[in-house]
Amino acid sequence: MKNIKVLVPSGVLGLGFDLEALKSGVKKNPDIISIDGGSTDSGPASLGSGTSKYSRAAIKSEWKILMKAREGLDIPLVIGSCGTCGTNSMVDWMETITIELAEELGQSLKIAKLYCEQDNEFINKNFLSNKLYPLDPSPFLDSKIIMSMSNIVALAGAEQIQEALKTGADIILAGRTTDTAIISALPLMKGANPGSAWHGAKIAECGALCSSIPTSGVVMVEFDDIGFTVEAMSEKAICTPESVSAHMLYENADPYILYEPGGYMDVTNAHYSSLQDRKVRVEGAIWKSSENYTVKLEGAIVSGYQSSLLVLLRDENYVTHAEEWTSKLSSFLKNEINNRMGLESNDYSLEFRHIGLNATLGELEKKTATPVEIGVLCTVTANNNDTSTEIAKLINPFLLHYPLTLNEELPTFAFPYSPVHSDRGCVYGFALNHVLELSDPMSAFQINTLDI
Amino acid sequence: MSTLGKKVQRIRSKNAGPFWITIDIFCGSKEVYQEVSKNLHNTKIVELFKIPGQTLKRFEIENLNVIKFSFPRKIIQGDIKDRDMHGAQLAVLLSETEFKS
Repeated sequence: MKNIKVLVPSGVLGLGFDLEALKSGVKKNPDIISIDGGSTDSGPASLGSGTSKYSRAAIKSEWKILMKAREGLDIPLVIGSCGTCGTNSMVDWMETITIELAEELGQSLKIAKLYCEQDNEFINKNFLSNKLYPLDPSPFLDSKIIMSMSNIVALAGAEQIQEALKTGADIILAGRTTDTAIISALPLMKGANPGSAWHGAKIAECGALCSSIPTSGVVMVEFDDIGFTVEAMSEKAICTPESVSAHMLYENADPYILYEPGGYMDVTNAHYSSLQDRKVRVEGAIWKSSENYTVKLEGAIVSGYQSSLLVLLRDENYVTHAEEWTSKLSSFLKNEINNRMGLESNDYSLEFRHIGLNATLGELEKKTATPVEIGVLCTVTANNNDTSTEIAKLINPFLLHYPLTLNEELPTFAFPYSPVHSDRGCVYGFALNHVLELSDPMSAFQINTLDI
Repeated sequence: MSTLGKKVQRIRSKNAGPFWITIDIFCGSKEVYQEVSKNLHNTKIVELFKIPGQTLKRFEIENLNVIKFSFPRKIIQGDIKDRDMHGAQLAVLLSETEFKS
């Protein structure tokens, strides 16, 4: 086979990359530019609402640079997991940005869109016919939960990206994909060693995170029929066997095994060696095909509607007794909410976190000290926005004035802003840790092409 | 007090997907790796993170001088009870734990 060079500008579009490093990468004549556009790492809100975590301006400015680089090379440019969550709406969002840029840059293009969103009814049907398999640990699932999910996506693998590449598209806008599939798809199609194709893809999925300067972003992976070679495109960054192999640990529960649609890779016997010019050569990973073809699912449900309030305690007596204060206040408020709104305590959730004491670690915190001040973050979650706002407003005066003891002058704490409560709107939860078995890799995915 | 964080090069924690936490201890040298490998027991991790012992996975990656722990999140990432969306501050607990050599 002819070696395949994949240029990865950064771990995710929107995070920035070193322009000089990108230029160096372009000069080396890659066969494809692949970049990830998403993750679950920032929480369920993106998938739940079908929106991007990053600003449109950040996405557009970086995409413009990549579209220009692509045109000069006349190679495919692929983005996976458009708009953080990879829903259909985010693929279309990315398409609008691409069309705007094509007009600005005067480019004529063929675009392929890979849709990965799943219909609730379709997932439920598969659930009922036992085609959904739980991963460990998996949240409780039933038809009612499936039907109530606000968005469900399936993570596309190499097969679906390859179908999109076969359309001859200049630009591929993919919905949710595995981070690695956008990198491994072309080398696999051209006959690269399958274990090494996936291994190299995993190493490069976060861009230059596998090098000595993670923020430089750009890396090149060159695949052949035995292994792969990885090189950071910034002249200042170095890839070493340690920096490269250590990336297998990153965000991986198991440092040797990585499951992908259609099988898994095993890097137990991989070996890494330094080459000249700051490069690392890797061989020895194995790919094991599974009997059944499965894709991983992600789904989000609405957990409720939230309002939050923040009050600052600086009075030494209240700082010392902050947890006792919120405990008493919480009981008092539950009574007030019941008396005035007729709500039982299981109709809503009321939580206090003590910033300065243990807000980050909660019951796991080991350190004890008396801080100068404590921020009490109060969150209210209810079934609808009106109720959470109403509870927040009911709480407001007590959060400001509630005394520790009856025989003291009414205290007044510090509210840092007005209005005191912030409506956080809808909050979501991840509700699927399952794989879906498919008779054909494309049966849950769809490709549309467009010439502009 | 001598802590694990002072002993090793670096400890980091992170989500491995929304349902798992993974912690990497970069020991920095063969000597430290062997010492940590011998003296850092799974019971310590179970106690620190208040997790069921049978769910804990331990990996000893000798060629990198790394010891890695993975366990299911007690609270799914982004749940309204979650306090740390990325799970990256959990490493502090291990870093600050006493470690006698």
